[in-house]
Amino acid sequence: MILFLQQIINGLSVGSIYALIALGYTMVYGIIKLINFAHGEIMMAGAYFAFLVGVHLGLPFFAVLIISMIGAAVLGVFIEFIAYKPLRKAPRISALITAIGVSFFLQNLALVIFKAEPKIMPNLIVKRPVNIGSLQIGTVTLATLALSIGFMIILDVFVKRTKPGKAMRAVSEDKDAALLMGINVNRTISITFAIGSALGAVAGVLFGVMYTQVYPTMGVMPGLKAFVAAVLGGIGLIPGAVLGGFVIGMVETITKAYLSSQWSDAIVFGLLIIVLLIKPTGILGKNEKEKV
Amino acid sequence: MKSRKLSFVLAMLLVLMAVLSGCASKTEEASVIKIGAMGPETGDYSMYGISVVNGAKLAAKEINAAGGINGAQIEIVDYDSKGDKTEAVNAYNRMRDQDGVVAVVGGTFSGTTLAVKEIAVGDNMPVLSPTATNGEVTLDAPNVFRACYTDPYQGATAAVFAAENLGAKKAAVLYNIEDPYSEGLAVAFNEKFASLGTVTNYEGYTKNDADFRAILTKIAAEDPDVIFLPDYIAKVGVILSQIQELGLTMVPIGGDGWDGIEADYADVAEGAYFANHYAKTDDAPIVQNFIKAYEAEYGSTPNALAALAYDSAYIMAEAIQRAGSTEAQAIIDELNKTDRDCVAGHVKFDPNGDPIKSISMIQIVGGEHKLVAKVSGN
Repeated sequence: MILFLQQIINGLSVGSIYALIALGYTMVYGIIKLINFAHGEIMMAGAYFAFLVGVHLGLPFFAVLIISMIGAAVLGVFIEFIAYKPLRKAPRISALITAIGVSFFLQNLALVIFKAEPKIMPNLIVKRPVNIGSLQIGTVTLATLALSIGFMIILDVFVKRTKPGKAMRAVSEDKDAALLMGINVNRTISITFAIGSALGAVAGVLFGVMYTQVYPTMGVMPGLKAFVAAVLGGIGLIPGAVLGGFVIGMVETITKAYLSSQWSDAIVFGLLIIVLLIKPTGILGKNEKEKV
Repeated sequence: MKSRKLSFVLAMLLVLMAVLSGCASKTEEASVIKIGAMGPETGDYSMYGISVVNGAKLAAKEINAAGGINGAQIEIVDYDSKGDKTEAVNAYNRMRDQDGVVAVVGGTFSGTTLAVKEIAVGDNMPVLSPTATNGEVTLDAPNVFRACYTDPYQGATAAVFAAENLGAKKAAVLYNIEDPYSEGLAVAFNEKFASLGTVTNYEGYTKNDADFRAILTKIAAEDPDVIFLPDYIAKVGVILSQIQELGLTMVPIGGDGWDGIEADYADVAEGAYFANHYAKTDDAPIVQNFIKAYEAEYGSTPNALAALAYDSAYIMAEAIQRAGSTEAQAIIDELNKTDRDCVAGHVKFDPNGDPIKSISMIQIVGGEHKLVAKVSGN
């Protein structure tokens, strides 16, 4: 039983990283109907920002996290401005292909700047087990869970209770109507990219700290799985992304724990196929109540 | 008219120069014995190839300074294999046809060595690979030798060490199913340890896996004394970090892929053991002299690959010296009789061309290598 609980916690912490990345996918999709395939690379960039700040300035964890989030947010907005904004009236496939191009561009840029060798993330959180009852949980696992759940709550409050959040929901509902109501659509889209990218950076930093390494292709697999998570939960829906992320993390962990490591990816992607066959809109899809 | 005369004179001069320089290089060739070397000198794995070439060149420099062999100087002709099989074959052909090498020290990887093996067997070229550990490399090839021990031998030695030196009763194995090196070690460890104790878990992962907490939690439930992690530093570091995070107490053991782990993962690898070709802290004069010479030449501490390449160049040079000629079969016959102390242990070849030697088991203590035991896996 203890063992099972331990695995559940492992699964939640893996899932919370997917959920953070999936939020970026789903928010951007909700607002401009674009699957931003460069999002995994934003996460990678966030991790590199943290690596640079952590190594050269030696700041504590939270300062590193905030700087990395700001860096990624600026990068996300910049990419939107340069690559996606000119294509807003173009067919959706053009923007999608551009996103794939941006993804490769960022990966190769990182390769040129930092080389392929993984960089070792400084030990921003001291790794040791903490005893909670008879459970033993690592400090990084705890921090990952706490931070991601914290940021999810903040996001929820932001979207539901603030003016820019309301604007985001309005734009995702109907861009033209929102424009007529005096909402600054361009600024709202920028804010969406900024928030999505900042959350991606949180995932990148946590991923880097947990797995000790930062490398140019680190965003590919988590990015892909987070995309699966977003689709699984219902793309365009914030609660869907969170649910999808946790489901994927849990399925992956349970497979590794009780079946075998080799099957985990096959089962995760197989799950996507099954969900798409049974319910193409995702677990929470259909009722487009809250769409950002 | 004048310019035509001038050009005629110039043309004659050029012809003369070409003839003269041709003569010069011919007389030079007589007193130089060329030995080929290859490894990936650019790209992701450049550190390995550069170590091998540096090690071989250092040996050649020392041999030449001591008067060369049979009155001739040795020259190491090195080519970049880029870790690619086609490039390796091209490099081999160029060494043989263009440079006229009498022997080859290489390749660095098993894959590239296997790629040139068949051609080398056809040419009856003496080949001594410093670092190709795959079992196939020396099979059915009387002219192919290696200076390092094989993957299965290393895995078995680690198992013997765990059971006899550490007194482990239960062991877990966690290996990379996508890597033949990792799998080779895991299979051998598993077989050997099963006869000495119990293997509680035999788990594989894929190269994209980053999260090992689930699998480690599962392994920890069986409470093994040691965990065998036969992979390269980048992956082992990630696994060791998670072992620390989960607060697990089993002792990690690894293979020669761990060499250099203290650079990035000293804290998580503290107390762990691994098998290696040589120990930097070995007091033997041959080891310490090599380290000193290497550091003076290149300004960095030599890794195991450099030591093996250095040994290989010496073994090859000695064989050529004893053969008294550069005839291929004579060199191969002498290689078979090799019996000398090297940096990475005493080398004698078995009928396959694999070395019979003991393995240094090293513990990471305070971020440094500590030689714990020299173990034989047989």
